[in-house]
Formats: sequence, C-alpha cells, structure tokens
Amino acid sequence: MQGNTLILILAATSVVAFFMGRARSLKLAGAPRIRGALHSLPGYYGYFTAIWCLLPALLVLSLWLSLESRLIIALLVEQLPAAQQALSAGELNLLLNNIQNLANGDAISGTADAMLQDAASRYSSYMIASRRLLAVVTLAVAGIGGVLAWRRVHPALRARNKVEQIVLVLLVAASSIAILTTIGIVLSVVFEALRFFQKVPLSEFLFGLNWSPQTAIRADQVGSSGSFGALPLFAGTLLITSIAMVVAVPVGLMTAIYLAEYSSRAVRAAAKPLLEILAGIPTVVYGFFAALTVAPWVRRAGEALGLEVASESALAAGLVMGVMIIPLVSSLTDDAINAVPSAMRDGALGLGSTRSETMRKVILPAALPGIVGGVLLAISRAIGETMIVVMAAGLAANLTANPFAAVTTVTVQIVTLLVGDQEFDSAKTLAAFALGLMLFTVTLSLNVVGLRVVRKYREQYE
Amino acid sequence: MSEVTRGKVSAGLARRRRKERLFRLCGMLATTVGIVFLVVFFADLIGKGSSAFRQTFLRLEISFDTAVIAPQGSIDLQYADFDLLARNALRDLFPDVSGRNPLRELNRLLSVGAGYQLRDMLQQDPGLLGSVQSVWLPASSSVDMLRKGNIDASIDAALRPISDAQLAWVAALQRDGRLELRWNRAFFSNGDSREPELAGIRGALMGSFYMLLVTLALALPIGVAAAIYLEEFAPRNRWSDLIEVNINNLAAVPSIVFGLLGLAVFINWATLPRSAPLVGGLVLALLTLPVIIIASRAAIKSVPPSIRDAALGLGASRMQVVFHHVMPLSLPGMLTGAIIGMSRALGESAPLLMIGMVAFIVDVPGGFSDPATALPVQIYLWADSPERAFAERTSAAIMVLLGFLMLMNLAAVVLRKRMEQKW
Repeated sequence: MQGNTLILILAATSVVAFFMGRARSLKLAGAPRIRGALHSLPGYYGYFTAIWCLLPALLVLSLWLSLESRLIIALLVEQLPAAQQALSAGELNLLLNNIQNLANGDAISGTADAMLQDAASRYSSYMIASRRLLAVVTLAVAGIGGVLAWRRVHPALRARNKVEQIVLVLLVAASSIAILTTIGIVLSVVFEALRFFQKVPLSEFLFGLNWSPQTAIRADQVGSSGSFGALPLFAGTLLITSIAMVVAVPVGLMTAIYLAEYSSRAVRAAAKPLLEILAGIPTVVYGFFAALTVAPWVRRAGEALGLEVASESALAAGLVMGVMIIPLVSSLTDDAINAVPSAMRDGALGLGSTRSETMRKVILPAALPGIVGGVLLAISRAIGETMIVVMAAGLAANLTANPFAAVTTVTVQIVTLLVGDQEFDSAKTLAAFALGLMLFTVTLSLNVVGLRVVRKYREQYE
Repeated sequence: MSEVTRGKVSAGLARRRRKERLFRLCGMLATTVGIVFLVVFFADLIGKGSSAFRQTFLRLEISFDTAVIAPQGSIDLQYADFDLLARNALRDLFPDVSGRNPLRELNRLLSVGAGYQLRDMLQQDPGLLGSVQSVWLPASSSVDMLRKGNIDASIDAALRPISDAQLAWVAALQRDGRLELRWNRAFFSNGDSREPELAGIRGALMGSFYMLLVTLALALPIGVAAAIYLEEFAPRNRWSDLIEVNINNLAAVPSIVFGLLGLAVFINWATLPRSAPLVGGLVLALLTLPVIIIASRAAIKSVPPSIRDAALGLGASRMQVVFHHVMPLSLPGMLTGAIIGMSRALGESAPLLMIGMVAFIVDVPGGFSDPATALPVQIYLWADSPERAFAERTSAAIMVLLGFLMLMNLAAVVLRKRMEQKW
C-alpha cells in the first residue's frame, strides 16, 4: 500500500472518529439536551476522539518510515555472503545501491549475477512485507486509539481542556522548530568540521596561504596532495564585501536621507517601490547580470584605461552585490532616522541650521548606532551571499587586494566542493563544512550584534 | 542680534547654501543610482531575452513515406528513422547537393528535434502515413542565431558556427519563404536539453512548483502555530526570549548554510533521495519559516486587545479566543507573509545546489521524489553554457521567473489592501 493512500485512510478514519465522538457525547447527554449536562461543547468530544485516533497512528507511521530503510539494509547485509560483508564501506554502498536499483527495475552498473538477483528479490520482499505490516499496525493503532477515546467520552469528561492541552503542546512544538533548526545547523556543521580538523590542523586551515582542495584519488597520483590554507578565501571574501560596502553604504545612506528629508511625496511614492524591486530580484539573476553584462563592461573600461582586468574580476561581483544591498541599507537607515525624536530635528532647524546641517550634525549622530547596526547586518548579508560570487567571481584562490584580479570566496568554495557526487568523508568535502562553520560563526556574530544594536537603539527613543 | 554675529552669519551663508545644494545633489544622485541600475538591468534583460520567445522554423514538404518508416507495414514508433523523412524533404529542395560532407552540412540546418516532432505527429494521427504534408520543423540553433542576427556572416568562416554553404542554403530558404520566426512553444513545454533549440523550462517550473507545495504545506501551518504560541501563550521567560532571538537570527543566516544543513541532515543522515523536490521543499521550508513567523506575529499584534477582552469576557477560553477571533482577523496578514516567504523561496538557489538539484535533468518531474531542478537553478545552469543561444534562453527564463515573483508580490499587495482593517 502506498504511503499516500495510508495517510488518506487515516484522515478519513479520524473524520469518522470525530463524528462518532460527537454523536456519543450528544447521546449520553440525553435528548432533549439539558443545558449544562455536557462539560464541553459536543464538538470537543469529537476532536478528542479524532486526535486520539490520528496522533498515535501518525507517530507510529513516521517512526516506522524513518527506521525502515536502515533496518532492511541491516537485514540485507547480514544475509549477504561473507565475501561481500567484508567489503569496504564505499563498495558495500555501491553494492546496496545496485541491489536497490535492480529491485526497482532501474539500470545497474555491472552485471546482475545470481547473488545480486537473489539479494534484490529479498530486498523487494522485505519492502513489501514492511509496507503491509506498516499499514496493519498503523490502522490498528488508529482503531485502538479511537475506540479507547470514544469509550472515554462522558458528559463529565473535560474534553475542551484536554483538546486545548494537546493543541498547546503542538503550538509549543511548532515554535521549537526554530530552535531545532539552529541546533541542526550547528551540529551538522560542527561535526563535519571536527572531522575535517582531525585531518587538517586548525592552524593550517586558518593561517595557511595555499588553497588547492584537489586531493589525489589514488595513492600513486601525482601533484594533487591538497592543501587547505583558507586565508586567500577569507581575503577574497573581505575584498568583495568591502567593494560591495563601498557601493552600498554611501548610496543606501544618501538614498534614505534624500527620500526622508528632501524628496517630494510623489518622488518618494515612486522611488520606494522601485527600490523594493531591487530587493526582490533573486540573487541568481544578479549573478547572471554580473557575469554576462557587468564583468565585460568592467573589463572593457579597465582596458580603455590601460589596466589589466581579469574577466572574473572582484570588482564586477562586488559592484553588483553592492547594488543588491542598497535597499537593505537604505531601509534600515530610514528606520534609524525616523526613530530620532522630531524635537531634535525641530530644535536644530529652529536655531537656523540648514537641513543638511541638521542631518549631518544632529540626526545622523543620534541615529549612528542604528545605522552601524544596519551596516553590520548588510556586511553579514554580503559575506553570506552566494550566487553572485559563484557566477561572477573566480575559482582560483589568489591572495591579493587588487580589485581587478580574480579572487574566490568562502561561499564559492563551499559550492564548488559540494556540487556533484563525491565521497562524503574525503577531506575535500569536509573542508566545505569547515568553511560553512566559519561562515556561520562570522555571520551569526555580526547578526547578533547588529540586531541587538538596532533594537536597543530603537527602544532608546521610544 | 549684534552686528558682529549678523556679519558672521551672512558671511558664511553662501558657503552653507552651497553645501546644502551639494548634499541635496548627492542624495538625488544616490537615489538615481538604484533606479538607473534597475532600468539598465531590465533593458539589458529584455534586449537579450525577448528573442528567445520566438524561434526559427523551416517549412518542409514531408512525405510520410511508407518505405522509410514502415517497411514492415506498421510504424515502429521507437526505432523508425523519422529524421530521414525530414532529411529527404530537405534534400529534395537542394537536389544538386551531393557528397557525404555537404549532405551532412545540409542536414545540420535542422534541429535534432525534427524527427521527434514527426514521430509525435504520426503517433497522434496514424492516417498521415503515405501522405505529403507541409510541416514547420525547428531549425538548428545556429540557423536560429543567424536569423536573429546574432551571428556575423561577414567574419571568417572558421570563426562562426555556420559554413558558407549553409549560409547560401539559409538565404535560399529565406527567399522561398520557408524560414520563419514562430512562437517558441518548446521553451514552455520541454525539459532541459543539450540542444538550445529544444531546451525548455517546463521541467524546472514543475520542480519549483512541487518544491513550493512542500514548502507551503510545512512552513505555513508551522509558522502560524509558532507565531500564535509566541504572541498569545508564551510566558515571558528565558525560553521564549531564546526562541525569539533564534528566529530573528535564523532570518539572517546565509541561505547556503541551510543547504549544508539539508545535505548533512536530510540527505546523509535521513537518506532522503538527492535532487528531489521533497528535500528542496524541506530546506526551503526551514528557510522561509522565520519570514512567515515574523509576518504572522506582526499580524497577530495588530489585532486590538479589545477583541480578546470581549471574547474572554463572554466566557471563551484562551484557545477559543485565538482560534475563533484573533486568527481569522489576522489571517490576511499571515497569508501576505506566506506569499512573501514563498516568493523568497522561489528565487532561492544556493541551498538547492548543495542538495544536488543542479543535475542535468531532461524529464519533467511528475512527483515529489523524482529528480528535478528548480527555475533559478536552471538559470544558473544555462548561464554557465557557452552557446550564445543559451544566453538568450537564460534571459527569457529570468523574465519568466521575475514574472512569477511580480505576480506573487502583486497578490500580496492586493490581499493586504483589500483585507486591511482599520481599528
């Protein structure tokens, strides 16, 4: 039986359970219903029955599905001939893949010999048996839960309180998912990074000057021993981020000031949505624009000036990234400026200062913490930006501060190391997680500080 | 005011006015930067991409020759040589071409998809067998590029993807009215392909669709539930502070980190299939959850306390207050947040690269666990292709993507305007 049908049947059963629970409560309350004979509204008895029918069954279902493949594979491996059991983990995996593909009727690598055929048929029979058993067990749990709850339905049963308790638990669970996500990110990144640091010392990773993650696949291969000095990546990230900030901070700041202080209402009404469009363009689109339009322009402009410009220059990626971040900076600046009490502005204007003087000498200093917080958030955004640099920046890890040269960044390397199939425990793959750990730590601290500053400052004038 | 002060003030006045004007000018320039970029960007995009919606077709008199495709009397749809039909028709137009290599060059004017189109025609209408039909068949991408003016015919023949002989044939076909730009249906009905003239975005669109379905089904209920708990039930203590800080930070975590999470947890640990919309949807759900939670909380906050007080005063339980009154009233705001979250998810590509959705996939996915790619990832893949024809298609795919995003945002704006309630 397919999982989808099973879920449909479960849903139908719980609907039936709802009506049965409700009907029973009404019947027990007696007809015509006496006011106050039931503790809760009849519907709550229905919900009570339905929840007990559905929830335990869903729990069983998800547990089963998450454990199923592991158990079946363990069973399968146990019954393989001793020679196959002695294979290395990678080869065993390949073999198991072949068995599964054969069982599903897909193409396999190599020939389907008797051992493989045998294992495949065993695999499919296990799968079928497991699915049948699953259907029986789940429906039994649903039935038992439903019947037990139904029998408990009684006018004195505090059905509403019980249902509400369960709903509250579900609400708490939903809000904990945010925490679970963070824990998941930290664990998945930290564990793999630790495995990486067992192979490559931390000091080499942080301070090494040479990044070439290609490792030899065979022992007798020449030349590619792999070195994991990530300093050029950090430098490249820093270079591109700085270029982006040089564009985004002044432009974003002045845009916010102009729209808040100088522009007419009509200009503001037109310009703000336009700038919001800028924020809504997907980064892959910016990347395409950077790689195919801006990079050639930068190159031509550089050549006209007699400069040598790489076709994947840091400048092109940084410029486009800067434009992408303008709306973020300008909206956070706008918030900060608006939070400054108007008494300060009025006071300065009343003393005869011009609008620009008011802005530069009174409002901006007062809004500075908020603006700094916003800039921190913008930097974190630039560091973590991936698609623009993947498409427009280079792959070669050059340690340079020349904006016309090609540099690579942390995010570019994570993508290049992880795209495509590879062994999961090679240093090359694990390096991506070490880089991810660095990225996560840096952006997280920037975010924590930035958000705190922004919020604290906003509260200060409230 | 003393004379001295007045003198000082008026002496500096010109300078201060100049500074004021300069400052104002800077502000104006800064505002124009963003808008100019937008204009240049859209002009560039439309200039590059609009030609992709039309494609060059060749009109040929195809004779569905029984001897070619049904030598045994019935058509073998899988193995019959449908290409030969098109090749024969083309050869009839240029009877003086002979020799292996010239003929091969002649055949290259046609797309490899021509045979498939003939096969599909026969499959739909077997009665065509033995008849002669006038059919528009897709030309190869180099003919297409030539027709659209993207190939400079005057440069040295070795430097362009089309030979002198082919140029002459194309010119002859054009004279006869056999070459025409027509609506590029393949772009919307095909999956990816190595041949630009056959490549389409349908596979990517369906992949994105399935992914967003998973994302919406997970992120909307969970996000709304979390927002309800945090706004209405959570006690003000450390735990809820922690959740709050967490959500705000998650909203700012780089999306690629979510990709790492997806790779380590969903693919390596939970052994879900690679490249599947299911996994993509899970990752995007985690990614959009903070957006939806933050928007839903704002929507709940905007419901005035008097509503809650009135309901509580009439004897409703807190849960009833929330589900009968607060939630229906804040639903428009929540839905707006969900749409904005979905539009962010639709444009996201970095985490999808991590979980293997960058594979070259020809088939249009038909379910949640079929290998698939997403529209932004398709754009990334095509942007990497060196062929000129793919650059055109990338721009067109971007136009489609931006079109969807605009529709979604428009829907959000309309929803907000229509349901907005003033208390």
